[in-house]
Amino acid sequence: MSRLQAKHRHDVRFTLNGKPCAGEAEPRLLLTDFLRHRIGVTGTHVGCEHGVCGACTIDIDGQPARACLTLAVQIDGCELRTVESLAPAAGRLGVLQAAFKRNHALQCGFCTAGILMSLDTFLREHPQPDEEKIRDVLSGHLCRCTGYAPIVRAALEAAAELADQNREKTDA
Amino acid sequence: MAEAASHALASKDKVPGSASVGPWVGQSIPRVEDSSLLTGRGRFMDDIGVHPGTLHAAILRSPHAHADIISIDTAAAKRAQGVVAVLDGADIKALTSSLVVGVKAPVECWPIAVGRVRYVGEAVAVVVATDRYLAEDAIDLIEVQYQPRPAVVDPLMAIKPDAPVLHDGFNGNVASDRVFRYGDPEQAFASAAHRISIDITYPRNSCTPIETYGLVADYDPGEDAYDVLANFQGPFSIHAVLSRALKVPGNRLRLRTPPDSGGSFGVKQGIFPYIVLIAAAARAAGRPVKWIEDRLEHLTASVSATNRATTLSAAVTEDGRILALDWDQVEDCGAHLRAPEPATLYRMHGNLSGAYDIRHMAVRNRVVVTNKTPTGLNRGFGGPQVYFALERLVQRIAIELNLDPLDVITRNLVPADAFPYRTASGALLDSGNYQEAIRRGVVEGKLAELKARRDAARTEGRLYGIGYTAVVEPSVSNMGYITTVLTPAERRKAGPKNGAQATATVAIDPVGSVSVHVASVPQGQGHRTVLSQVVADVFGLTPGDVRVNTEIDTAKDAWSIASGNYASRFAPAVAGTAKLAAERIAGRLARVAASQLNTEADDIIFAGGQVRSKRNPDNKVSFSRVAGLSHWSPGALPDGVGQTIRETVFWTPPELTPPDDDDHINSSLCHGFIFDFCGVEVDRTTLQTRIDRYVTMHDCGTILHPAMVDGQIRGGFAQAVGAALYEEYAYGADGSFLTGTLADYLLPTVIETPEPFIIHMQTPSPVTPLGSKGVGEGNCMSTPVCIANAVTDALGLRDITLPLVPAKLADAVHGAERVAPAGRAGDDIQKQGGDRKLRGEGEAKVGAPAEQVWAMLLDPETLKAVIPGCHSVQKVSDTHFRADVTIGIGPVKGLYRANVKLSDLDPPHAVTLGGTAEGALGFGGGEGRITLTPTEGGGTSIHYVYEAAIGGKVASIGGRLLDGATRVIIGQFFAALARQAGGGSAGSGPSLFAKLRGLFGGQR
Repeated sequence: MSRLQAKHRHDVRFTLNGKPCAGEAEPRLLLTDFLRHRIGVTGTHVGCEHGVCGACTIDIDGQPARACLTLAVQIDGCELRTVESLAPAAGRLGVLQAAFKRNHALQCGFCTAGILMSLDTFLREHPQPDEEKIRDVLSGHLCRCTGYAPIVRAALEAAAELADQNREKTDA
Repeated sequence: MAEAASHALASKDKVPGSASVGPWVGQSIPRVEDSSLLTGRGRFMDDIGVHPGTLHAAILRSPHAHADIISIDTAAAKRAQGVVAVLDGADIKALTSSLVVGVKAPVECWPIAVGRVRYVGEAVAVVVATDRYLAEDAIDLIEVQYQPRPAVVDPLMAIKPDAPVLHDGFNGNVASDRVFRYGDPEQAFASAAHRISIDITYPRNSCTPIETYGLVADYDPGEDAYDVLANFQGPFSIHAVLSRALKVPGNRLRLRTPPDSGGSFGVKQGIFPYIVLIAAAARAAGRPVKWIEDRLEHLTASVSATNRATTLSAAVTEDGRILALDWDQVEDCGAHLRAPEPATLYRMHGNLSGAYDIRHMAVRNRVVVTNKTPTGLNRGFGGPQVYFALERLVQRIAIELNLDPLDVITRNLVPADAFPYRTASGALLDSGNYQEAIRRGVVEGKLAELKARRDAARTEGRLYGIGYTAVVEPSVSNMGYITTVLTPAERRKAGPKNGAQATATVAIDPVGSVSVHVASVPQGQGHRTVLSQVVADVFGLTPGDVRVNTEIDTAKDAWSIASGNYASRFAPAVAGTAKLAAERIAGRLARVAASQLNTEADDIIFAGGQVRSKRNPDNKVSFSRVAGLSHWSPGALPDGVGQTIRETVFWTPPELTPPDDDDHINSSLCHGFIFDFCGVEVDRTTLQTRIDRYVTMHDCGTILHPAMVDGQIRGGFAQAVGAALYEEYAYGADGSFLTGTLADYLLPTVIETPEPFIIHMQTPSPVTPLGSKGVGEGNCMSTPVCIANAVTDALGLRDITLPLVPAKLADAVHGAERVAPAGRAGDDIQKQGGDRKLRGEGEAKVGAPAEQVWAMLLDPETLKAVIPGCHSVQKVSDTHFRADVTIGIGPVKGLYRANVKLSDLDPPHAVTLGGTAEGALGFGGGEGRITLTPTEGGGTSIHYVYEAAIGGKVASIGGRLLDGATRVIIGQFFAALARQAGGGSAGSGPSLFAKLRGLFGGQR
């Protein structure tokens, strides 16, 4: 493994939401600061910078990860997905996003991006989760507005809808 | 008067947004805010770009709770890479004036420590640099010398005559001491069958929004004007405090807010001292400066709800009727009385009798300062503190008189036919039917079933209890209630303060589309959606036709001191004012349309995007055509209509009068009602509290958006569960802050948050334009005490203190934990009296004679080798050394500068080693006596006994790890000393260990 110079900026090349992306980062630069202030995708939020609140959760190579506990230089060569990837088209919402809107599963919306990304990566792997599993995933996130119940409902609704879609695809 | 309508809001019975026609108010339409928030397109404070060349600030904070600042050396920081300016208290003082203090006393309140620090986390210096990382690097280079003072953290200790005093301008630590008397309390107590009392302490906590504080400030020397963008939430009375502190007229402080704000719950009012601090830094740096608070700063030093010690007594009849109350409240506002404090204590002043008809009351209110973070707005604002005392007392009355707690509640309620009801201390309860609300709550919430569950659980030997609360939820604060802290004479001198000016502007553009602006500054409450409903109804449009802006810009927008988002004022005040503004334009548009349709204005209705005659529906014109006329052809408007382009309404309710000379105060405009009950089970083994069922019955007047009302209730409830069971801003006796991360300050997750069963009743308010009342704060007031009442019922306890963590319940159930068995000789460390003093002793044996060990202890090179993590040792004198050490405690590793002094030298037998260590992460100090005793075979036994204290950030992060870590570090020191001595020959020369260290570069 190559040794990085503390004072230098290093090239970081990665895939962001399906498209190639590149930037420069000092070894100590957090991925959150890199994405938000160097790359300019601000949908990923910073809530605690010590890995507890979950607001900064993104998908790195298919796994949910805390961007605030990741250094930008670590994602060289990785595939990243952020909340900006979830809508199928401008002006439209994905299944999970629409379920959140329908269920009033957000208020201030600050923690929401992280929650969406955790659920999105989870539902890809677990298409028919029960409520307990959903709650287990959500337990890695802090929300101070909603009291969580509408988030659980939205996640269950989205899971059911996604399962229906998959069944239709399989049947077709 | 009021027609109450039951309104159970099951989430499934109405598909939100399914209706396509108005009236829109009352429907749970989809939120206009959501699409951008769900797609990562929100525009929160730190998402908005800044002017090129904007600098970034980092703040050095005090590790001490109370200390004089002897010196601040910023030279090295100023030389550091990227640094543009470094400011300390003296620099800020030169650029600003003291913040206004809410009581009449000769004290100053600065946004940064000036000469003395008074709480852990208080700002000591600000570094402004080209990026945040470099600013934080430079923070580490500032050297501050402190002379610690004794600290006081308990409000009841702070009022004792021998307590350390924080401010010379107060009477001891008492900032205010007022006595009130309403009715004839003495007579009521003398004649009552019983006097029943309770002592409570309410802890510190905070609603901790997930987005922290953030702001960008700029200063234009040409116009002597500041421009600030901050995620401040109001009240904008603070604008006057800010402009005064920045020494400019109000019109030279432009304060703006970003479009989105990530939660506040009152907390973001507390950003205002940082606005002064960063604005002054921008002035000094000559460039815009941005500061985003980090989470550790937020927990340690943003703002907190007040903690309060209360003694409350009731004069009670034989059958449980409360005739009088006697309140003695000691309010802890932390180290400084920042605006608008002591408002937390007075917000509920008109409501000290809660939901009850109690005609006689005595009140003593004391406001004290302690060495803790200053307090400010927090959801519930004074309600949790008051109702914890009042509703615990109601339960105690029931227990002492052997009555059912619910009977004591219902027996004392304000009668249903008494509204509007004036309380003893002056609040006007606008509407309600508390008896009916409780009746419905009991039936729809299935209390009988819950009692059966309790009985069954108890039969099985489980610890199960039921708690009740009934509370009045005030909303729309009277801007004059805070002046109740002043005497009537002081008030007369200061001039009257009252009212609650709400503002709304409705504007119509040339194509007839409607815009609304309000100065309401929401943080997720969906104001834009609700206003689009309200205004759409007035104009017969759809919410999608109405665009709403809720940002504020004090240079351009209509606003007043009451603007902002607090005191649950949106639905009752702001939304109603928007309705009034829309109606004014609609009234004039009706005259325009009437003249075009050849009819009378009172024949005009607005519906379906058209303006038409009621009598002849075919006689109509499109809304946009009528609405745009004022732009295109003002001459075509009927005489006297004026314009229909823009209307701004200021609305303040006449009921909100200033306190009278007898200190009666209608502290809030509206009063909702909440009746809660819950069943909890406490695990016999773990003493963990599980909420089995929670029922909350609300009457918040007319409901504008049912899903949002339920959202407010669920959100407030979740925060209240945290306050009841988990959350406390905990301090050590020395003022060290113990809950500085989200791993220590525990917020409830989805696992700990049950869903409450919500029931509604709607008794419209007669004093608000839409009949609605506030609803956002109620459960923060009712739920903590309801859960506490249930837990005391489960455990049969008399007293209880929040949060109900298992360790505390274990003390209550099993008695205090037994002291550990007297120590093994060696390394047991005891915490004594709750302080963070660590004491211990130990022994090490070395194979070198005492003389050699003695020489080593006085030799910098040896010390460098044996002090764990030591980089360098500097010999100041024969008995004074300075050292740089890196110490890791738990996950937190930091650089500390240590001073070690030797005293009481008795060569080669004994020496006292005293030292202090200070670094960015905290400080430590200690003293140890080392005794050297020769052993058989030419070796030496080193015996040591020590006392050490550790504080600062490291104490908050590693609180639980400190004891062990200290023991390990001290053990390492002596083990290394033994190794060093044992490894070397009797003569000189480096040890093997030292040789190895030299080989591998020397640093650890």
